[in-house]
Amino acid sequence: MSVRELELDLDAFEGPFDLLLTLVLREELPLAEVDVAGIVLAFVERLAEREELDLDACGEFLVLVAALLELKARGLFAGEAELEDLEPGEAAEELARRLEEYRRIKGAAEWLAERLALDGDRFFRLGPAPLAPRGERRLAQQDPAALVAMLQALAAEPAEVSLAHLELRFPPVSRFLEQFRAVLGRRQRFDFDHEVAGLTRVEQAVAFLALLELRRAGEITLEQAAPFAPIRVSRGVVDEEVAWNVRSA
Amino acid sequence: MERPLRLIQANPLDSLARTIEALLVVASQPLTVDALVEACADEVERVETALGLLGERYREGRSGIVLEQVAGGWAFRASREAAEACGRLFERPVERNLSQAALETLAVVAYMGPCSRPEIARWRGVAVDSVVAGLVERGLIAEAGRGDLGAVRYRVTPLFERVFGLESLAALPRLDDFGGDAEQLRGRLESLAERRPA
Repeated sequence: MSVRELELDLDAFEGPFDLLLTLVLREELPLAEVDVAGIVLAFVERLAEREELDLDACGEFLVLVAALLELKARGLFAGEAELEDLEPGEAAEELARRLEEYRRIKGAAEWLAERLALDGDRFFRLGPAPLAPRGERRLAQQDPAALVAMLQALAAEPAEVSLAHLELRFPPVSRFLEQFRAVLGRRQRFDFDHEVAGLTRVEQAVAFLALLELRRAGEITLEQAAPFAPIRVSRGVVDEEVAWNVRSA
Repeated sequence: MERPLRLIQANPLDSLARTIEALLVVASQPLTVDALVEACADEVERVETALGLLGERYREGRSGIVLEQVAGGWAFRASREAAEACGRLFERPVERNLSQAALETLAVVAYMGPCSRPEIARWRGVAVDSVVAGLVERGLIAEAGRGDLGAVRYRVTPLFERVFGLESLAALPRLDDFGGDAEQLRGRLESLAERRPA
């Protein structure tokens, strides 16, 4: 008779004993969930079926079950390190106390079961409590003037929201026309980037429009060596085909 | 000419008794004397006397409905005589198939509660998570705050008292009355400990 092949049918596990041991040792099955008494019962039933006492099997079973019980006890009282320091007599006392407690609880459970069996013919209505909510909630003492002040504060016209930060200010193109004409009056040519350095993006855009306006009127010539290179502005029109490459900018 | 049904002939509490009767019929859980006093807008003594009259009228063997004092209040139930017929028509999911593990867990919570799952596990010697969840689902135990270490604690519900026909938890037998041969067990363990090699 092989103990390890003992078939078990427990709440927490169903299968051969050796698989149970493997799962427990791998910590894939919490031992606290395993009913060791159920294992013993299954073994005793198997023994009874065979009608002969297999001492080897009994010995092996006792060793395995003892180990399981020790593991289970350690698992259940993991946080109770002080128990490990007890003398044998004290440990027996502690164990006896706990067994007594459990015996009482078991007795109480039996009493409840008997009570249930005796009162098995009690039928009564079950359902959610349909009690009306109690309307006893009262407000604290209130000051009407404070309520009026609160309502007035709520009814006041809200301050107008300012959109000033969203407004774009465009300087007139003429300002840059005059500026560029003045520069070209003094010099033959100038760099556009240098002239508009320090201006806002909007001002730079308007200045560029002014530049295009001057080019359209034939007052200036524009040169740019490469895309994104500085734009060179010269007085007068030279050759239309060669000078007009500002599109690449 | 129709006359109202008189529970007790010429009793000055007739009207109050009828009102209480109506309240108990509508209620789906036991009503305390305080709740009845409030609903009837009457005095405690008069309500208690009226309940006594109703108890006499609705007692086992006299009526199909029985008035009982249970779970801290008063409630109607079916008479035992009608139990068989009731059983053919109605389920009792709360108490059906309560396992030994569930009964032991209930006993721990009833006597020791409020207590947490680790505490129940310590008493029973096995993990109780699934059993506790099942009892909560049945409505026999309920959460009752948290312990010092943050674990949820449980107590039995009024439904527990009603299912087991208890007036209150005080009606449970003393825990010390269970487990008779404790001294014998203690003696056996002590002798085993003495025999164990050091």
